[in-house]
Amino acid sequence: MKRVVEGSHAVSYGVMLSRVQVISAYPITPQTHIVEKLSELCASGELKAKFLKVESEHSAMASCIGASAVGARVFTATSSQGLALMHELLHWASGARLPIVMTNVNRALAPPWNIWCDQIDSLSQRDTGWLQFYCESSQEVLDTVIQAFKISEKVLLPSMVLLDAFYLSHTFEPVDIPDRERVDRFLPRYELKFKLDPKDPKHFGGLAPPDVFPEMRYQMQQSMEKTKSLIHEIDEEYQKIFGRSYGLVEAYRCEDAEVVLVTSGTVSSTCREVVDQYRDGGKAIGLLKIRTLRPFPSEEVKRSLKGIPKAAVIDRNLSCGMGGIFAEELKSALCNEEDRPIVFSYIVGLGGRDITQETISDVIEYTLEQERPKEEILWPDLRR
Amino acid sequence: MKEKRPFPDEEYLMSGHLACSGCGASIGIRYALKALGEEIVVIVPASCFSVIVGVFPYHSLKVPVYHVAFETAASTATGVKAGLEMTGDSTTMVLAWAGDGGTFDIGLQALSGAAERNDDFIYVCYDNEAYMNTGIQRSSATPLLTWTTTTPLQQTKEEAKKNIMEIMAAHRIPYAATASVAYPEDFFNKMKKAKGIRGFRFIHILSTCPTGWRLPTQLSIKAARLAVLTRIFPLYEIEDGEQYTLNLKPDPRPVKEYLKLQGRFSHLADSEIEIIQENVERAWERLLKKVGI
Repeated sequence: MKRVVEGSHAVSYGVMLSRVQVISAYPITPQTHIVEKLSELCASGELKAKFLKVESEHSAMASCIGASAVGARVFTATSSQGLALMHELLHWASGARLPIVMTNVNRALAPPWNIWCDQIDSLSQRDTGWLQFYCESSQEVLDTVIQAFKISEKVLLPSMVLLDAFYLSHTFEPVDIPDRERVDRFLPRYELKFKLDPKDPKHFGGLAPPDVFPEMRYQMQQSMEKTKSLIHEIDEEYQKIFGRSYGLVEAYRCEDAEVVLVTSGTVSSTCREVVDQYRDGGKAIGLLKIRTLRPFPSEEVKRSLKGIPKAAVIDRNLSCGMGGIFAEELKSALCNEEDRPIVFSYIVGLGGRDITQETISDVIEYTLEQERPKEEILWPDLRR
Repeated sequence: MKEKRPFPDEEYLMSGHLACSGCGASIGIRYALKALGEEIVVIVPASCFSVIVGVFPYHSLKVPVYHVAFETAASTATGVKAGLEMTGDSTTMVLAWAGDGGTFDIGLQALSGAAERNDDFIYVCYDNEAYMNTGIQRSSATPLLTWTTTTPLQQTKEEAKKNIMEIMAAHRIPYAATASVAYPEDFFNKMKKAKGIRGFRFIHILSTCPTGWRLPTQLSIKAARLAVLTRIFPLYEIEDGEQYTLNLKPDPRPVKEYLKLQGRFSHLADSEIEIIQENVERAWERLLKKVGI
């Protein structure tokens, strides 16, 4: 059934349909609408979950870890400072191989205080062993939450579903909310194979010396690799039941493109419009939307950009001292390819600055004009 | 007729564990599990106990153990209990077993959160009065004027020990009690009592550390007993944050008897021992008032 819902509530409905059993969360702008709706759904009995209203994000993740370790399906949501506070436990959750799903609303980190959209919060957690899905629309958010549980429960690694602060979290869009029966068929109850159980007592997480530790990390990497094909399989299954799929990347009008814009999150929608305008005007511009940062879709990126002269990466984030993080990831994936594009790295929209069609046009024009970027980092929307 | 033994024969702590000889924490867990039984999940944050339990793939407790981050004993326990309930297990108990650093210091926020919510598990703080696992650094549970590796002789601890029991009482939790490894029957009975109560339960057990206290191992229990008998560490219970019960009222005995056994106090001048004696007497009077004596 299609309904007009807020992006945050698309998350909440996805959680409800996933029949989550334990939710633990702490409020932070702009995540609050997600947990407020979930509180209502729990209070009304529409979602039969225990909602732990804990005293910090750190305790939210710790209690998710505890509940997940006995086999419950668990969820939390946070943003920005809250995610940063959880950092230690993000490693704990993935190292413990727990299929926790979390939504993070992408927001800048202080100081100065800034509650608006910026991807630095989740990108700073890139190396924590979590899957990361960057979503473009409320529909994609809802579908990805449901998919993420299935993927995480199969590979025993936690998932982070990302949505842009306000541009998505507080925007109303028509969303198809699937009926429960079909979601139940897609996402049945699961049984955690190794769990805390007095009938079969085991110890988890104790001291593991160097003679066993590397193998444990190797297994995590193997699981991440396996996740790439699994995301495709699960996406296809989802497509069959619900008629929607997303992949690890989406290549839009990339054929014979002179420049391909590389994006993540809501700016992809803006870029799609601009690409259409350029194509209408006879200029071959394409778009490559990256949905999963972890696992990084190296094969898809290489394939999509093969033979493309130039790639313009739009980063709504900054790794200070290096540049845009998606640009760095992309360059790293391409560096051993013979037939690779020149990569232009653009930093735009930090701290919620609107990324307009004009900004994207500036990016395209500069990329078309220049043979190579004059600077390693380009700042097209900076006031100078 | 066979004499009734005070404790069940069942052992849950196996030989081969990695505790130092005379370690109070290992004595404590042995009696705690005898009281609580095997239908349990034990949460262990960073502490001596994370090592005592064993190094992968070996372990010495016959019950499920979850090793967790330093400051998350209480918050993980909250999650484990919620997860058990939501997966249809309403009977398995959860025991958080944390040291003084993980309780008084880094874990205090999570502890307060769980206590305020009255989450349904038992939290035991085995208090050996310093960060012993990392090599005897001071914690907020370290007593006044104590030597540790971060409060060296030139500048021993300048602050009094934090009163964790009053903090817990202020949360109005259903049950809080102090205990000592020198009084296993008392500890066992308190764990049994805690088992029969729902909600948040807190046991503070003074747990001797011969290594960190610079105490001959054979004097471990004697020192723990003297802590109680000199009224430094009284045995009492607090129900619903209000009702205080004193379990033992020892005759006055100089604190010097307790202090002189331990190398961590060997630097104390008579005037400093006098300060400690006065503090102990004041605290004892305050406790008696709360008990209503």
